[in-house]
Amino acid sequence: MYNIDLKKAKAMTGAEAVANAMRQIEPHVVAAYPITPQTPIVEYFAKFVADGVVRTEMIPVESEHSAMSAVVGAAAAGARAMTATSANGLALMHEVVYIAASSRLPIVMPVVNRALSGPINIHCDHSDAMAERDSGWVQFFAESNQEAYDLTILALKLAENENVRLPVMVNLDGFILSHGVEPVELLPDEVVKEFVGEPNVMYPLLDTEKPVTYGPLDLYDYYFEHKRQQVEAMENVKKVFPKVAEEFQKISGRKYDFVEPYKLEDAEYVMVALGSTNSTIKYVVDWMREEGFKVGALKIWMFRPFPKFQVQQYLNGRKGVIVLDRSASFGAEAPLYEAVKSALYNVTIRPQMGSYVYGLGGRDILPEHIRSAFEDAISGNLIVDEQRYLGLRE
Amino acid sequence: MPVNLFDLAKTFETRAEDVGLVQGHRLCPGCAAPIVVKFSLMVARKLGYEPVVALATGCLEVSTTIYPYTAWTVPYIHNAFENSAATMSGVETAAKALKKFGKIPQDKKYAFFVFAGDGGTYDIGLQSLSGMIERGHKVIYVLYDNEGYMNTGNQRSGSTPTGSNTTTAPVGKVIPGKVQLKKNIVEIVAGHEYVYAATASISDPNDFFAKIEKALNFDGPSFIAAFSPCVRFWRVPDSAANSISKLAVETKYWPLYEVDRGVYKVTRKPRQFKPLIEFLKPQGRFKPLLSRPDAEEIINELQEYVDRRWERLLILEEATKGKYIR
Repeated sequence: MYNIDLKKAKAMTGAEAVANAMRQIEPHVVAAYPITPQTPIVEYFAKFVADGVVRTEMIPVESEHSAMSAVVGAAAAGARAMTATSANGLALMHEVVYIAASSRLPIVMPVVNRALSGPINIHCDHSDAMAERDSGWVQFFAESNQEAYDLTILALKLAENENVRLPVMVNLDGFILSHGVEPVELLPDEVVKEFVGEPNVMYPLLDTEKPVTYGPLDLYDYYFEHKRQQVEAMENVKKVFPKVAEEFQKISGRKYDFVEPYKLEDAEYVMVALGSTNSTIKYVVDWMREEGFKVGALKIWMFRPFPKFQVQQYLNGRKGVIVLDRSASFGAEAPLYEAVKSALYNVTIRPQMGSYVYGLGGRDILPEHIRSAFEDAISGNLIVDEQRYLGLRE
Repeated sequence: MPVNLFDLAKTFETRAEDVGLVQGHRLCPGCAAPIVVKFSLMVARKLGYEPVVALATGCLEVSTTIYPYTAWTVPYIHNAFENSAATMSGVETAAKALKKFGKIPQDKKYAFFVFAGDGGTYDIGLQSLSGMIERGHKVIYVLYDNEGYMNTGNQRSGSTPTGSNTTTAPVGKVIPGKVQLKKNIVEIVAGHEYVYAATASISDPNDFFAKIEKALNFDGPSFIAAFSPCVRFWRVPDSAANSISKLAVETKYWPLYEVDRGVYKVTRKPRQFKPLIEFLKPQGRFKPLLSRPDAEEIINELQEYVDRRWERLLILEEATKGKYIR
């Protein structure tokens, strides 16, 4: 939890906040392709480049596939490289998203969440990010523009840690955050510069004195071990992240963690969600608490690696756990519900669980919807594995 | 004086590892692809450049980097199949940026090479290649054209010539193999305006070297289409890559020319041409076609086609003399 000093804060969209984080990081290379609702990030950044505010070399690529490919090339070369995308752009990158992770390249990519086609839709849901959840990238979800800004900076330090060396996605909800204006407190440029420091470059391709081979053919005799190392690197994230978060707290006063509990001390019914909807959930928690209901919320800041331990700690022994998903997994449980339910398999007192899918393709989620889900739980009307929908016409 | 074969042979005969690609790789005996690579890298080395190499997925890639081994003594990156040009765009831009940020000395002379087969160039990688050229990255993209998906066992590509027998466009009772014409990749590349594009053949090393040298000296993107016989699936002897390449040039099948910012130049004009059949006949991939009852008709059509294309080249050469687009 944090308070923003409104005297220091500026009103800006999530896109502008993220673009400013990128400006302060000043990566050597940015390769990007425009896609709604990510576009303003690239536009702001292109202006910084055009005005000479940053020395970054920008590659205006001809597709997202090439954006990720160029960023992989640049990162392997020894540069700090970034890109940003949304939905179909991320899906087009998919192949190279995996390659970036398995090449252990510390790329940071803001993803402005948007529903995947089809049918084509430009508004927010998490189907794009969920399609990449097994790609080997660390995945953060921001609740606010401030978080999107902070997490972008924090992500870079986490990605480049020598025990991690993994790419990181910073997810922010399309339009809701990317185009919505909120107060954002930017850190001073020099503070960010010092925090991110010089890039920790390992095995740069451009070192012709020590030539390296990137991306060899890796068959049944080694591929498996390399995948095991990737699993290990993800585990290391869990060890490294708290330290990076602590360092970030020192410069910002804002504390990040794997999850964020909200009024959980005595809460009997807890709602779990990703992204900006958490603000609405908190509002409903306050509203219902005024009426005496013991409700609370658990925001998942880091979805990959999944903070199983923290989820168990906070949810063990609750009467009911309601999981909200902004994407569906056709023929199986919704992704966040599945992860939370799996985490709760071995707690001592398993809560009742309910799965609610909401907001697909940008459908509004209202306080009343959230309240109705809480009320289902309170009235003992949660049925495990019965997937319900909020704000859907049946 | 431009670099020549004698020069290069002398320079590298005792320092084979300096070329960049060394022995021990697992390409088929007689494959032309490693010759294409060595011809390119030797010139760069000789002229004082530090080569950095990107490969598209394909024969050359899978055969030279089987983990934990590598046959490359120069920096090498393979990303995926269709994105070698985009990957190299990133590498080249990184070098530019790192020089700007003072991380790499300004005078460091890199030569950024992409080596990709015809599948990775004519087909799946065309967009990535086009983007790289349009953006003006100083990269030398070398196509080793073996006219099909040979790594996966001889499937048809946009580069496969008419009448060739492949597993996905086989010569059958009804369909005579590939019925379409081979894509003209040099024209496509040359259409990007500010680019140096050329064809090359291992059978004419000095012409090959001159074009690599020109590419290295050019301040924009370059594209070298190198004819690269696949002895395995063209069904020719291991020793035939050079002789088949020579026939390709002598029959007008693979004219040696360049398009430098819109200016055409035919770099080799054989005094006497051989009929196309002399190129087709020794190759097993055309055998099913040649044994068809309508073979003569198809061969005549193809002969007319290469003749017309040659005429067209000469006209373009005449018409564009000195008229650089930029």
